[in-house]
Amino acid sequence: MALSGLDIYKLLPKTNCKECGFPTCLAFAMKLSQKGVELSACPYVSDEAKAALEAASSPPIRLITIGTGENKIVVGNEVVLFRHEKTFYHEPGLVVRVADSWEPGKIAEVVSQVDSYVVERVGMKLTLNGIAVENVSGDATKFVQVVQLVKQKTALPLVLMSANAAAMDAALQIAGPDKPLVYAATPENWQAYADLAKKYACSLAITDSGDLSRLGSLAESVIKAGVADLVLDPGTRNLADSLASLTQLRRLALKKNLRLLGFPILALAGGDDSTLEEQTILATELIAKYAGIVVLGRFDPTGIYPLLAFRQNIYTDPQKPIQVSPGLYKFGEPGEQSPLLITTNFSLTYFTVAGEVEGSGVPSWLVIADSEGMSVLTAWAAGKFDAEKIAKSVKSAGMDDKLGHRKLVIPGYVATLSGEVEEELPGWQILVGPREAVDIPSYLKTVWKAA
Amino acid sequence: MPVTVELPKEKWNGKVREITLGATPAQGGTRTSTVTVGGETTLPFLHFEGSIPYRPAIAVEIQDVPPQDWSTTLLEAWDTAASDPVSWAKKAVELGADALAVKLRGTHPERQSRSAAEAAETVKAILGAVGVPLIVYGPEVAEKDNEVLVAVAEAAAGERLALGNCEDKNYRTIVAGALAHGHLVVAKTPIDVNLAKQLNILISDMGLPLDRVLMDPTTGALGYGIEYTYSVMERLRLAALMGDSMTQQPMICTVGEESWRQKESKVKDGVPSLWGDFAERGPLWEMATAMALLQSGADILVLRHPKTIKTMRETISKLMSS
Ligand code: B12
Ligand code: SF4
Repeated sequence: MALSGLDIYKLLPKTNCKECGFPTCLAFAMKLSQKGVELSACPYVSDEAKAALEAASSPPIRLITIGTGENKIVVGNEVVLFRHEKTFYHEPGLVVRVADSWEPGKIAEVVSQVDSYVVERVGMKLTLNGIAVENVSGDATKFVQVVQLVKQKTALPLVLMSANAAAMDAALQIAGPDKPLVYAATPENWQAYADLAKKYACSLAITDSGDLSRLGSLAESVIKAGVADLVLDPGTRNLADSLASLTQLRRLALKKNLRLLGFPILALAGGDDSTLEEQTILATELIAKYAGIVVLGRFDPTGIYPLLAFRQNIYTDPQKPIQVSPGLYKFGEPGEQSPLLITTNFSLTYFTVAGEVEGSGVPSWLVIADSEGMSVLTAWAAGKFDAEKIAKSVKSAGMDDKLGHRKLVIPGYVATLSGEVEEELPGWQILVGPREAVDIPSYLKTVWKAA
Repeated sequence: MPVTVELPKEKWNGKVREITLGATPAQGGTRTSTVTVGGETTLPFLHFEGSIPYRPAIAVEIQDVPPQDWSTTLLEAWDTAASDPVSWAKKAVELGADALAVKLRGTHPERQSRSAAEAAETVKAILGAVGVPLIVYGPEVAEKDNEVLVAVAEAAAGERLALGNCEDKNYRTIVAGALAHGHLVVAKTPIDVNLAKQLNILISDMGLPLDRVLMDPTTGALGYGIEYTYSVMERLRLAALMGDSMTQQPMICTVGEESWRQKESKVKDGVPSLWGDFAERGPLWEMATAMALLQSGADILVLRHPKTIKTMRETISKLMSS
């Protein structure tokens, strides 16, 4: 919560010494509240006042980084409960769990698959974000061996999960520089875990499966011990309880401004005994409702893709649809006799169509009309993809000169426009393409050829 | 010093309307079970804050003619049951349908162009074969919808069917049919809070009580616009809880239809191997779409795949237990 100029003034020395360049402390305070000057411009603020001002200007949910380099997971700093109120900013990290009790061969295989998993959607590469290594064996040597093995296979961030402080220390000796998340401090062991987090300068997860008051007490202890970067695990594991606890934590941070619990949340979705369906459903809930890190109990590509797509959907900015630039796009080396198609500049539409045109192997021209980022039918219904717009887009792409034919393929869903487009583009033949993009390849290879 | 955290509860003063589909013989119909949805006084499944008197219901989509463009995953799952609406209806009820969503595709001018009378016969036959309530959709072509749904309304008088879809340009005849013969309607608008409110107002102005109107906010599938649906549903539900009467209708989502239209569910070959197993992929995308929309306030899920029906039944039970 931002402080007013007057609140800040109360924290200043009130000597009006002018060293900050302002005539009075009050003037300085006013400027500071508008973020027009740095606090450091006053040499005389007390440490106490500094701490109070910093706390007041920090975000209600602390930004936490796990890992290093380009793969690092950055979560927190969310400002709303519902995405339509502004947007959700930091996509939850999706992390896959391996247990140190598994065969090394299985661990290596899962880690490599997670590391190389990438699907492309709407022009973006969607990937998983990390590996959680769980010390199921309870054995320190084994844990260290497996952490070593995982580190050889991937540069993705790690979550180290162990209830054994000695095992954690040993693992951090080799993995500490990679800034893994240390999981987890509990009411019993927190002192040792806080020491480890400080020693290796890593973020620390805290967990208490009791209630949120107990989690708050634990947070207080750990923060007092000097750990600033926390991640919360409320310990709820089923659909109904997770939804309740994660919603409460988000509300406490944003609406009650409760600093003690103003941290990203880690949640476990599925263990060895849950089915792929159960894991997918729980993870879907966690992505929608407030998790910062989701630890998936099992890796199965079929279950990963829908989660990555859903995360991408929920974390897009609701104020502006993702768009591509209008204009002429080429697939392969199209020539005078190659087909010409038209669609809109909504990213989802463009990439769906482009994928199929490309996949068809038929060199083609694709004109993208400026529909202000709307899909075909939405744009048509909103008057942003009408006959006039289509004609204008084809003309300004210079298609008259580039083509030896005069045939334009329009999307099947706007078949009703074909007559009007023909009027707008005299001499052109308007062909109605298939409704769904999936059918474009066969259309280009058969129907278009014959037309 | 132990910390005491007070659980943050919102004080809502609105409530979603309770709506009952289907009528038993005592109520003037022939159903052996009815479905009541709505009544929530809090956001989805926040049991600590308010009451959620009814479970979200599962309606299973069936069609009067064998589907033409369905994914092989779906066709294989329903097998011969899908070749006849009565056997399909029975199978769906066996699998756990609370209600059936009957799509009269055969009446579409570009399909068999079946007559309204034939469509009414089909609905009668389904009513005779199963005891659950029905939601009945026309071919989704304005004029034919009117013809077909009025005939169905008359033939099934008193059954408390839900007739869909009422849209802004085409609702009068359907609402009149529902009024005359004791049915409900589904009011569908394209992902927009104000349009949804407006259509509810228009329908209630015709004299149909609002406890006979379900609201379909239009479903975008996972990966294909779900974020728009998700947010408009959250906005509608928040408005309902804040007391805006015209947003208090329970919401119905056509999850199966949208999710199974997509390439991920339909195409087996020539797609990236990381999309995973083809037979599992379609149901899983349908489940994730359903789950997301439950989180944003769906009261009725219209589903297609038997596995999705089973999993979502279990999921709803888990969400309702606390
Ligand atoms: C998400 C959505 C929205 C979002 C906008 C999304 C966006 N950025 O475009 C929002 C909520 C803002 C919205 C608003 C509106 N919407 Co809207 N919306 C949808 C929804 C759910 C999905 C659209 C979508 O993203 N589809 C995915 C993309 C990829 O599809 P696509 O562009 O059509 O592309 C496919 C095909 O067309 C084909 N294709 C594309 N290009 C080409 C090219 C060629 C050559 C070929 C062969 C094929 C091809 O390939 C793609 C995949 O198969 C649909 C209903 C539905 N479930 O489909 C309604 C829908 C499109 N909306 C509709 C309407 C009416 C509206 C509004 C006008 C409502 C209003 N009065 O306010 C507004 C208009 C916007 C405005 N005034 O600002 C109607 C259109 C009715 C009609 N049949 O004409 C629909 C169909 C809903 C309905 N049933 O009523 N909408
Ligand atoms: S430097 Fe500090 S003490 Fe001096 S006038 Fe500015 S704010 Fe006041």
